[in-house]
Amino acid sequence: MKIPAYYGFWHHLGHWLLKASSWLVLLFLILPILVIVPLSFNAEPFFSFTEGMLTLDPEAYSLRWYREIFNDPKWILAIKNSFFIGILSTILATILGTCAAIGLARDEMPFRRFITALLLSPMIVPLIITAAGMFFFYSNLGLAGGYLGVILAHAALGTPFVIITVTATLTGFDYSLARAALNLGATPIRVFFDVIMPLIRPGVISGALFAFITSFDEVVVILFMAGPQQRTIPRQMFSGLREQINPSILAIATLLILVSIALLVTIELLRRRAERMRGIEIPN
Amino acid sequence: MTAQAGNDAFLRFTNVKKTYDHKTLVVKDFNLNVAKGEFITLLGPSGSGKTTCLMMLAGFEDVTSGEILINGRNVTSIAPYDRNIGMVFQQYALFPHMTIRENLAYPLKIRKLPKDEIRAKVEEYLALVELQAFGGRYPGQLSGGQRQRVALARALIFAPDIVLMDEPLGALDKKLREQMQFEIKRLHEQLGFTVIYVTHDQTEALTMSDRIAVFNNGVVQQCAPPHVLYERPANMFVADFIGESNKLPGVIESVSEERVEVRLQDGGLVSTLKANCTEIGQATTVSVRPEKLNFTDRLGAAGNQVKARFVTRHYVGEYIRYHFETASGSELVVKNLNDSSAPQLSTQEEVALAWLPEDSQALDRSEVPTHN
Repeated sequence: MKIPAYYGFWHHLGHWLLKASSWLVLLFLILPILVIVPLSFNAEPFFSFTEGMLTLDPEAYSLRWYREIFNDPKWILAIKNSFFIGILSTILATILGTCAAIGLARDEMPFRRFITALLLSPMIVPLIITAAGMFFFYSNLGLAGGYLGVILAHAALGTPFVIITVTATLTGFDYSLARAALNLGATPIRVFFDVIMPLIRPGVISGALFAFITSFDEVVVILFMAGPQQRTIPRQMFSGLREQINPSILAIATLLILVSIALLVTIELLRRRAERMRGIEIPN
Repeated sequence: MTAQAGNDAFLRFTNVKKTYDHKTLVVKDFNLNVAKGEFITLLGPSGSGKTTCLMMLAGFEDVTSGEILINGRNVTSIAPYDRNIGMVFQQYALFPHMTIRENLAYPLKIRKLPKDEIRAKVEEYLALVELQAFGGRYPGQLSGGQRQRVALARALIFAPDIVLMDEPLGALDKKLREQMQFEIKRLHEQLGFTVIYVTHDQTEALTMSDRIAVFNNGVVQQCAPPHVLYERPANMFVADFIGESNKLPGVIESVSEERVEVRLQDGGLVSTLKANCTEIGQATTVSVRPEKLNFTDRLGAAGNQVKARFVTRHYVGEYIRYHFETASGSELVVKNLNDSSAPQLSTQEEVALAWLPEDSQALDRSEVPTHN
């Protein structure tokens, strides 16, 4: 930032203090996450930096804990479960959330605010309450302790994200495009797939990614709902922390960070693409 | 007096009514017969019901009561995608994620035409609107006028029975608008489709239409060819909405077959065409177009005369507007071509203004429009 010419001493002081405190907040947020990464390459079964690591001795670093993860059937199952549950619940959440957002965007929709609040509530209500409620409800239906129950529960948690992102792309959507397609002979279903869907796709995809992340790092609902067969990565980490404490948890955490970064980058790229497309829509 | 289509009309609106809130009628008993190939304009101020009629025809609004017949078939319960009506939208409504070619091909793809036929048709219509070089572009990469031409081609390419245009030129600047009016007329003459055109621009309506239906408050005030509408407006609203009118209040003194004599408030007696005011003793307003009013020295003694004092003049360019006031306080405007005949007048100078009886009408004063 360019410092304006009229700045006096106190202005300068304030400017630098603001800058310093901003950096401190950023470090506070990111440091606990970053510190995990080098520790996951620890050659020793410790959660702290060894002398060798601090002197950057190559001998002190190893892929030992990564090997351990991929040789442990428990971790393999957890990884498979995480992706299986994540992907299926994402598909469900995306379909439901997109339909809900399109319905809620219509002017003639009655009780719009109330229904929106209801659909978004899984995001706002403390997770432990949702999880407990789901547990009792799903137990009565015989769904607790199975894949279906976990997938449905995660879909419910992911749906609000899809609703929010799709609703955002729908605001400012030119409904005369839908009318034009109807007028040209397209049935409402064709209008949806030919015209509405291509234009709201960025919102649908980023909503889906959010839903996937939600399922991927969710542990509370899993604690309530999942049996031993449905253990996901976070659930396995949770028990790992208590039972066999070693840096393989840090290795899996590092992998999770990589997945999250990849997803966030994808969302950002999509957002830029969406903006470019909107730029095409309103030129001159 | 108009070439109205009879019972075998191609498109018919019969007693069509529309209400949104079940209290007030937005369209009150709309009747219209349209012949095949006719260019009909629905003209009126905003909120007069003209767009609602168009939307009912397109199938985007339900008809509260009444019938819309196309080729004898009642379409009121047919879905918009089964009506085979083309439409040009106000904001073009081109699909931004499809190229111009894909936009044009879309209605043909839906109708499952063979691929090579679609390709040939698309090229034909691109040529028709002179956009051959732009087929691969996206709508966002075209100018307003070009996008309008694409919208027009897309509405025509599937050879619909009727083409609807909802203020299609509203977003264009004046020059482009005139160019596009010409373009639409050219295509209409070349391809012979039936047009229902909605606008609030009277010049556009007058230059393009075969007939114009003037709307106000959900009622058609008059439906007639442009020259009839302009020269023989059916009531005060039409006289006021289409062009400009000078209004001279008076009372009907005698009635003959085609004319009435009116005693003006100033005391003068004038003869005018008979219109919707025919009772002796009835209060009336004599309506005369500003360009039909003349300075006496040119018209001689023929016709009606009224005395007025000169107030001011406005220089418009191709013509000059002279403002006058009569003794009883009525304002009069005279439009005179900006040529050597344009008189020089001094303020408060009294002049006799004259017009021919067949250039004026005695209209009912109670039908003064409610502009909103």
